[in-house]
Amino acid sequence: MDPKIVAFCCNWCSYAGADLAGVSRMQYPPNVRIIKVMCSGRVEPSFILRAFEVGIDGVLITGCHIGDCHYVSGNLRAEDRVKMAKELMKTLGLEEQRLRLEWISASEGEKFASVIKEFVEDLKSVGPNPLGKGEASCP
Amino acid sequence: MQASKKVGAVIVVGGGISGIQASLDLADSGFKVYLLEKSPSIGGVMAQLDKTFPTGDCSICILSPKLVDVGTHPNIELITNADLTEVSGNAGDFRVKILKKPRYVDEEKCTGCGDCVSACPYINLPDEFDMALRSRGNIFIPFLQAVPRVVMVDREHCVKCGNCQVICDAGAIDLYQKPEEIEIHVGAIIVACGFDSFDPSGIKEYGYGRYKNVITALEYERLVCASGPTGGHLDRPSDKKTPNSIAFIQCVGSRDVNHNPYCSSVCCTYAVKEAIMTKEHDPAIDVNIFYMDMRTHGKGFEEYYNRAKEEYGVRFTRCRPSSVEEIDSRKMLIKYENEDGKLMGDEFDLVVLSVGLKPPKEVKELSEKLGIDLNRYGFCSTSEYSPVETSKQGIYVCGAFASPKDIPESVAQASGAASKASSLLSSERGTLVVEKSYPPEKDVVGEDPRVGVFICNCGVNIGGVVDIPEVVEYAKSLLNVAYVEEDTYTCSRDAQDRIKGAIEEHDLNRVVVASCTPRTHEPLFRSTIREAGLNPYLFEMANIRDQCSWVHLHEKAEATEKTKDLIKMIVAKARLLEPLERIFVEVTHSGLVIGGGIAGMTVALELANQGYEVHLIEKEKELGGNLRRLYYSLSGVSPREHVNKLIDAVTKNSKIHVYTGTNIVDVGGYVGNFIVKIDQDGDEKDLASGVIVIATGGVEYKPEEYLYSEDDRVLTQLELEEKLANNELNAKTIVMIQCVGSRNEERPYCSRVCCYDAIKNALKIKEKSPDANVYVLYRDIRTPGFTEDYYRKARDEGILFLRYDEKEKPEVTLDDGILKVLVVDRTLGREFLIKPDLLVLSAAVLSHPGNKELSEMLKVPLREDGFFLEAHVKLRPIDFSNDGIFLCGLAHSPKSIDETLSQASAAASRAVKILSKDRVEAEGAVISVDEILCRGCGRCEEVCEYNALELKEIEPGRLVAQVKKVLCKGCGTCSVACPSGAITLKHFTDKQIIAMIDAMAGIF
Repeated sequence: MDPKIVAFCCNWCSYAGADLAGVSRMQYPPNVRIIKVMCSGRVEPSFILRAFEVGIDGVLITGCHIGDCHYVSGNLRAEDRVKMAKELMKTLGLEEQRLRLEWISASEGEKFASVIKEFVEDLKSVGPNPLGKGEASCP
Repeated sequence: MQASKKVGAVIVVGGGISGIQASLDLADSGFKVYLLEKSPSIGGVMAQLDKTFPTGDCSICILSPKLVDVGTHPNIELITNADLTEVSGNAGDFRVKILKKPRYVDEEKCTGCGDCVSACPYINLPDEFDMALRSRGNIFIPFLQAVPRVVMVDREHCVKCGNCQVICDAGAIDLYQKPEEIEIHVGAIIVACGFDSFDPSGIKEYGYGRYKNVITALEYERLVCASGPTGGHLDRPSDKKTPNSIAFIQCVGSRDVNHNPYCSSVCCTYAVKEAIMTKEHDPAIDVNIFYMDMRTHGKGFEEYYNRAKEEYGVRFTRCRPSSVEEIDSRKMLIKYENEDGKLMGDEFDLVVLSVGLKPPKEVKELSEKLGIDLNRYGFCSTSEYSPVETSKQGIYVCGAFASPKDIPESVAQASGAASKASSLLSSERGTLVVEKSYPPEKDVVGEDPRVGVFICNCGVNIGGVVDIPEVVEYAKSLLNVAYVEEDTYTCSRDAQDRIKGAIEEHDLNRVVVASCTPRTHEPLFRSTIREAGLNPYLFEMANIRDQCSWVHLHEKAEATEKTKDLIKMIVAKARLLEPLERIFVEVTHSGLVIGGGIAGMTVALELANQGYEVHLIEKEKELGGNLRRLYYSLSGVSPREHVNKLIDAVTKNSKIHVYTGTNIVDVGGYVGNFIVKIDQDGDEKDLASGVIVIATGGVEYKPEEYLYSEDDRVLTQLELEEKLANNELNAKTIVMIQCVGSRNEERPYCSRVCCYDAIKNALKIKEKSPDANVYVLYRDIRTPGFTEDYYRKARDEGILFLRYDEKEKPEVTLDDGILKVLVVDRTLGREFLIKPDLLVLSAAVLSHPGNKELSEMLKVPLREDGFFLEAHVKLRPIDFSNDGIFLCGLAHSPKSIDETLSQASAAASRAVKILSKDRVEAEGAVISVDEILCRGCGRCEEVCEYNALELKEIEPGRLVAQVKKVLCKGCGTCSVACPSGAITLKHFTDKQIIAMIDAMAGIF
């Protein structure tokens, strides 16, 4: 089972951190697809649920470290929304490990790579998304 | 008052990265620029490099957008293949004569199609760009991304067969073209003529020119480059086989009294880079760097060196090899003396000489024409306190011609030189410039989406991993995709023309580029599609390099599938893109500088000299910063005196408002309109400014080792200097220990100034008491550039340099009141016990402790070591990603006085680019409120940090949220908070994001 992950990266810290991982040629598994948003606070719980609904196995939300948010408090709001989404996931019978929130700065390419590695391993042990009916497995 | 006779134009001599940066800065702040380049294309040496240190960025990829910018800038006139012949006049009003050598091609007519290049039957001339490692024809384009993209005929070898003339539809070829003399009128001159590589054939013992498998580092750079002669295959010249072992020899033509005594500054780090590149090509290749001192003193370089050793397994051998010989089967034998004094002979398949930098050969003549002085080595003569000023007023210098230096330093110095020219000519700003004009925007609303997808190979950076032809076929199958193109480099100038052509020809109304990261290249492509009449927001980028090919180097099939997904997702979004209205905001024409040290005061003066009001904020009670504690410099001028002069100038300047004993409490606003709340002794006050410059400086580390603060004979360099200045030195034997608190696990970086300070103070001690014994215990002596002379002088004067190993640090003990230092000198391989009267610690430079708080208020990033993280380490060393905020001096990283001053001038130049405008463009991707859906609950008003939303009663009893677009920063938090779905964040709408998720899952 090769899990498929969508990562929402904020423009200022974590998208730049993901770029830095590339620039430093840090290798991580090819299971993740990044969607750039301006702020982690832009991620609607509905995006998260949609991802699970269409069969994606894991959702990663990454933002600036607390206190560093380019928009002051967007990451705090992201934190609240992730909590809310986790509640909703329970009612749908989805394991909460499928949703992960991480703070990754523009200088933490290494952290980006290691988060992806870990998340892929975690999802492998959790198993495929039960809502997925198998149609969205990774190549 | 004297009537102004100044001219609002500047000529920049030299089109390498320094000249390019100086030109762009000036042209963007209201001056007409003539960029003169002796060769057929701008780009300089940076265009020839494969990768850049320490990030491993593809060199041409990051340079190319700048080349395109210069080529299309309405206020830059490019004069290539031309030489300066005569200069007359004075500062503010020069007349410059230029001889434009014939290209034998009409630059106006040539389209750069290259048909003539393939029609030329004679392909046997050495290709200069590829270091003669491949051949070119008599008619050629210097390189793929050349600007201007115009062919050039090598008439010397041309037999005038006429094939090129026959094939050229444009009728551009004129084999009888004559040289042309041009005269231009400018107010200032910037000399950025770069450097020449040292030619190692004069060092007979290394065999360059005699042995095929001894090459220079620049040749090696072309050899590993994807667009180079071997297509990026590491083939050694003699037999085209991949070498199993490669040796790099450092200091070839540098630090050598028989050739060039100075240090070329960049070779250590470029060798580390080339070694890493080699290991990335094939980790099995054995790489050994033979060096004397490893001089990786720039920002992030020491960490890079550590990674080469620890992660990549590059070997480092300390010695200067005595000879290179070719033995059987073309093995190269390097003879050297190892650290134990044994004579060794190691075999390698390929030897790379890390050749130094020397002044370009034409500078002697050029300097005579310009009337500027050269220093003893033939570089431009400057002083420590005016690093960009030549001996002649109105003529400035930057880049390697001022002294050997790397790219970020060159870029900063180029901006610094631009600032000086801009100050001189500030009365003439805007007199000779034109606004860039664009065609009217096409109305695409209501049209079916027609998406054009441009997929970049990035040489082999992407194409070497991802199966691009397969991806192209796949992209063609996607809904609404009307056109797909594969490019070698989508960022090149000709690719921009192709994108514009394709928009026209295929009636495209959305454009997707799949290549590197939007963080560096989105502005270029947005501008390209705008030139073709499309709203810039009808563009999207798929990041298939930084976030795909580079991180999945060994999983080619998976990387190809991921690339397809990424393109599918971006196309799904692109289909839903809407044109957005661009917003312009007025600019407050004043600057705010944080930090009143040498950097901050220099910025303040330069802004004031250019006519802008400045608020200068200093935490301490007095201006001056660290330099108040420095009494000496190697050049002889006291830093303290310079600082006092600056303080005097700053306090007397009526445009500069100084706030000492002042803290920053809060920062609000945005580029052009910042509001900074300050607290001066309990009085709070708001200051308005258009830009903010961070010049917070650094502090000296308080050592916790070597009995510091336990014994008062143990001092830091700053404390020693104070003693020296007060004539309180009463010591016969002095030991200095280098790298105290630097280059260790806690602080991996090099503090850069400590070697300089130690040598400076050691020489001062010798000057004051010639009988004193001074020992410097060091790991590597780092005296880059011309400061190497002082290192040599120190040795000549009997100062003893003992090298200790990081793992075997000196031991300092107190034995019955006697201070004892025990050190193992690695060079002699023996132990020394010294009983010094004074022990001086060269303590690390630390980032300012206030940086953390400031970075949070300004929303700009910090590195883990507490220094600020700039927008791009190579090409934007002074900028942040956040518009309108700049940095300089020790806030950036530890650095010397002259470099700090260059950066400070550079920060002023970058700031003036904004301050000189009446309005700047603000982000157009902001929110909108659907008034019908809005219930007026006020949730959005609560979550918005910028007061961009406000409830208004639009009719009695009906509240609706209203947006102040200028204040909105486009984070989208409110759109998530809105319970009724009335708020849409443009360019990141729910529909667009859901479409991407669905596309990823294979659902349309």
